[in-house]
Amino acid sequence: MTSSIATNQTILVVGGGISGITAALEAAECGKQVILVERDATLGGRTALLYRYFPKMCHPTCGLEINLRRLKGNRNVRVMTMAEVLGVSGQRGDYAVKLKISPRYVNAKCTACGDCAAAVEAQIDNPYEYGLAKTKAAYLPHAMAYPMQYVLDPSIIGTADADKARAACKYDAIDLDMRDETVEIKAGAIVWATGWKPYDAAKIQPYGYDRFANVITSVEFERLANPHGPTGGKLLRPSDGKEARNIAFIQCAGSRDENHLRHCSRICCMASLKQTHYVREAYGEAAKSTIYYIDIRVIDRLEDFYLKVQQDPTVSFVKSKVAKIAEDKDGNPVLHGVDTEGYHRYATAHDLVVLAVGMEPETNGIKLPDDILLDSSGFIEGSQDDGMCGAGSATSPLDVNRSVQSATAAALRAIQVVHKTSTVEGAR
Amino acid sequence: MAEMKTAAYICSGCGLGDKLDIAQLGKIAQKEGKMALVREHDFLCNTEGVQMIRDDIEKEGVTHICIAACSRRAKTEAFHFPAVAMTRANLREGVIWVVAEGSEHDEVRQEMADDYVRMGCAELKKVKLPEGNPNRTQLKSIMVVGGGMSGLTAAFEAAESGYQVILVEKQAQLGGWANKLWKRVPYKAPYAEPQDTGVAKLAAKVSSHPLIKVHLNSTIAETSGAPGRFAVKIAQESGAVTEAAVGAIVQATGFTNYDIAKLPELGGGQANVVDQAGLEALAQAANGGALKRADGKEIKSVVFLQCAGQRDDTAKHLPYCSGHCCATSIKQAMYFKDANPEVNAVVVYQDLRVPGMGEDFYRSAQHKGVIFAKGKASGVEPTGNGCKVNYRDMILDADATLEADLVVLATGQVPSAGVNLDIWDTVVREADGGSEAAKQQKSELQKISVLNLNYRQGPDMPQFKYGFADSHFICFPYETRRTGIYAAGPVRRPMDMLQATEDATGAALKAIQAVENASLGRAAHPRSGDLSYPIVRLEGCTQCKRCTVECPFGAIDEDERRFPVFNEQRCRRCGTCMGACPVRVISFENYSVDTVGNQIKAVEIPDEFSEKPRVLILACENDAYPALDMAGLSRIVYSAFVRIIPVRCLGSVNTIWITDALNSGYDGVMMMGCKKGDDYQCHFVKGSELANYRMSKIGDTLTQMGLEPERVSSFEVAITDNARVAGFINEFVAQLVKMGPSPMKGFG
Repeated sequence: MTSSIATNQTILVVGGGISGITAALEAAECGKQVILVERDATLGGRTALLYRYFPKMCHPTCGLEINLRRLKGNRNVRVMTMAEVLGVSGQRGDYAVKLKISPRYVNAKCTACGDCAAAVEAQIDNPYEYGLAKTKAAYLPHAMAYPMQYVLDPSIIGTADADKARAACKYDAIDLDMRDETVEIKAGAIVWATGWKPYDAAKIQPYGYDRFANVITSVEFERLANPHGPTGGKLLRPSDGKEARNIAFIQCAGSRDENHLRHCSRICCMASLKQTHYVREAYGEAAKSTIYYIDIRVIDRLEDFYLKVQQDPTVSFVKSKVAKIAEDKDGNPVLHGVDTEGYHRYATAHDLVVLAVGMEPETNGIKLPDDILLDSSGFIEGSQDDGMCGAGSATSPLDVNRSVQSATAAALRAIQVVHKTSTVEGAR
Repeated sequence: MAEMKTAAYICSGCGLGDKLDIAQLGKIAQKEGKMALVREHDFLCNTEGVQMIRDDIEKEGVTHICIAACSRRAKTEAFHFPAVAMTRANLREGVIWVVAEGSEHDEVRQEMADDYVRMGCAELKKVKLPEGNPNRTQLKSIMVVGGGMSGLTAAFEAAESGYQVILVEKQAQLGGWANKLWKRVPYKAPYAEPQDTGVAKLAAKVSSHPLIKVHLNSTIAETSGAPGRFAVKIAQESGAVTEAAVGAIVQATGFTNYDIAKLPELGGGQANVVDQAGLEALAQAANGGALKRADGKEIKSVVFLQCAGQRDDTAKHLPYCSGHCCATSIKQAMYFKDANPEVNAVVVYQDLRVPGMGEDFYRSAQHKGVIFAKGKASGVEPTGNGCKVNYRDMILDADATLEADLVVLATGQVPSAGVNLDIWDTVVREADGGSEAAKQQKSELQKISVLNLNYRQGPDMPQFKYGFADSHFICFPYETRRTGIYAAGPVRRPMDMLQATEDATGAALKAIQAVENASLGRAAHPRSGDLSYPIVRLEGCTQCKRCTVECPFGAIDEDERRFPVFNEQRCRRCGTCMGACPVRVISFENYSVDTVGNQIKAVEIPDEFSEKPRVLILACENDAYPALDMAGLSRIVYSAFVRIIPVRCLGSVNTIWITDALNSGYDGVMMMGCKKGDDYQCHFVKGSELANYRMSKIGDTLTQMGLEPERVSSFEVAITDNARVAGFINEFVAQLVKMGPSPMKGFG
């Protein structure tokens, strides 16, 4: 089935994180027709799960609010959530894209009243908390979810819980007969804004992410600091719920390492510097943050942020690639290694270790169209005939600011494709 | 235009019907709200409910609708009626989700809902459907200032998208800094070798592009107008002036290298010490062969000193990192190694900063035998035949030296952003005061200005930190303070060539968007698509100039008689001018002193014996209002004595709203806006700051009214503050209760 919702003048944006939202809106605000597809149940992507941005320490949801308002007011963008690209055929100016739409089991009649969640008993790992918390199997992804609709987890379909959810809904919004659907759409240009994923920390064996409860990743730490997160914003360590006051940050966890990610992930130094602010915010002078690093890569104007952290007496820096982590009898992770500034050996216990994990392309492990050109880490460089391009952290490990620049540029590249298609057709 | 016909729709879904007396709300809408049509529905946002509204619009001729249901942020797809004016009374997130459970709260909950219906109806009567700025233009050409890599890219990308481009370059040829490079840092896999810059090819494509007109040896003598109708005077070196009309502007004026002469301690000024530009010149001269010094000696050993005059915390040199210099030194070290692997090339660095795939380039240099030493240079001395570098080896924690034929200082990028507007303001003030020196200085500043804008806010784009013309926002790097003018490349932030070309492509898109918006009469980001625009009733204007001074976007000029002249295409629709106006002659069709004032007056104020205080909350719609909504979503309880009105920005708050509220018996007013200060969050620049300033002036008025100044208070609320904001409300209300009722009650 080829739906009539798009033509070769339509721009398809794959991925609804900040880069995809930006690419879609920027093109749409130039008057172009855009379809924005997102695999998850909500737009927002990974930035929506961050607590604060460096260096302004402002909240990502503030920008998301503006972007969602732009989106709500712009009829040029059609958003499809729970939609995944299965395949792309055709070429520049004339693509046919096959999409799989997974069932949400909740339709657009949903008012987000929450009655279904109250009725359901089963709990699942909350996919928006990196598994740090549970949620009801009927849930709203988060407070800024768009569309503002609940989702039923597939695990309860066919169980009594699903029936309870349906019975609780006064608005006929729960549809348990929804099935996987495949649709095909046309598009003239495709922007891949598929983003990044945190490198699997368990693969860095000496750090024991899979063995020690108190070794967590930087993205998980963002959730701990967030008042909307699993601990209500308290920095409680997973093993015993104790306040984590003495926290180690290990840089280049998986990055700059040919056994793991060969590239530098760019953002992690600033992210850890930012996270020392969270510790200080929580405990004041009683906070203790230690950053284990190879080089502190805070590029350009961000230098003053680094300087401010260096001046904070609660933060210290150790130039060292940590060799391994062990655990003492109290469940404290103990870091072993050599401080290369002066070559001292150390064995230092902390309450909690935060691994500044690297950024890996989300599409690693997913088959992309053959035309797409990738670099050695799997980031998208472009396509053979320039009909498709990458945007944001799908193209390189980028911070939010640079991702948005990249996505804005990608929007123009896509506009050029459909512009030339229409000029050629106009000439025919 | 058709006669105004109003209708109110009251939803009883989502538990509204269980918690509230819907029939009473309907009665209020009809009797007090004077709605011509009132309908209730048990599920207003479903197909049937929406169809009912559509039918009323089509068949009953309804022109104005008030939807009393959920928050204005919810169900926007369902409640999309572009042909009519609409208000929303927030009964769900704003009432039943935040008022404490239990029948003991039924009365205050109902009163709150009653008031929101009154307010929605009252607002509706003052709202018009925005028709868009009538001053539309169809001028869609784009001017790019600067013909370096960024400017060439912006021009080419815009032209390839079908837009006419005028490219203005100061020098006699295109290419800028890139012309001086032998090679560039790689920007494609495998990130191992220096690559051709490609600048000559790009310059040729630009020069021959049918949609691009290039002006060489030219600068901008004057820019006036607004997006869609900028009038530009392009001055040639010869003195000839060409006039051009353009729709939007990209400023890609690049950077200069930090002056090596300011670094005598690192050998700046010595014969065998060059900066990175100097090294490129030697490499171009060598043309792939062995590099030779100025004195003709073949260079056998070279030391690169990173962060020369950068990352400086002594306030003597540049405090920032220029981002590109580590990779640039690696590239330059490769020039030597590729010509002769025997050359000893050492890079002395503190932190080697090659993010992303730069790591592969770094590895490649290590394979070629480039030495990297973590250390900090303290001095460079001439040795007669070369240089001696003294540095602290940070690994050995010991002083060390290196001898070399040539030392390269990796100095930083200094933006060419034109005039610093803070300095401009001071100079203009002094010049207007009659100072001859200041007049002289003003004309000097005009000479270094890039754009020579004739805006009252000064001739160039406002500068962010360290003189870069950047946006203040992380999510919105193109959020400019001069609508329709976008910075691109190293003028906005220190950056390498790859980022600069990416940035320039993005800036070209924004310029295109600006001309498209101007052609449709609608606002640019962040209120993109907004069709309302400021309307001024000049006959009431007292020429006080507050609106022209306070407009954060320089949208308002003054005519010879000092009346304000609105350039709607520059306007971002924040309403700061409306908040500033003491005689209240500025309004928007759907947002005015009356639309808010009417809401304030519609609230029923209980008498002083009722023990029911009333608190007005003016909440910024971007952060505070969503935070309040999300408090509802999380069922966080706050006082039912508050009445919340969203505002476009605290800067749009006119003090008359506050005095009116207090006069009519409200017990207090809370203003909720974004963070102020250096890391301000206001997308209209200084809304909360202005509100704070204006309120500091209101204290006297309060005292004259016999009121405690604490009855009016402002709060910084972030979007994540759903729990905190409830705390603010409850504390404020408790404080008012302690203070006792307002003595103004009953006089309103």
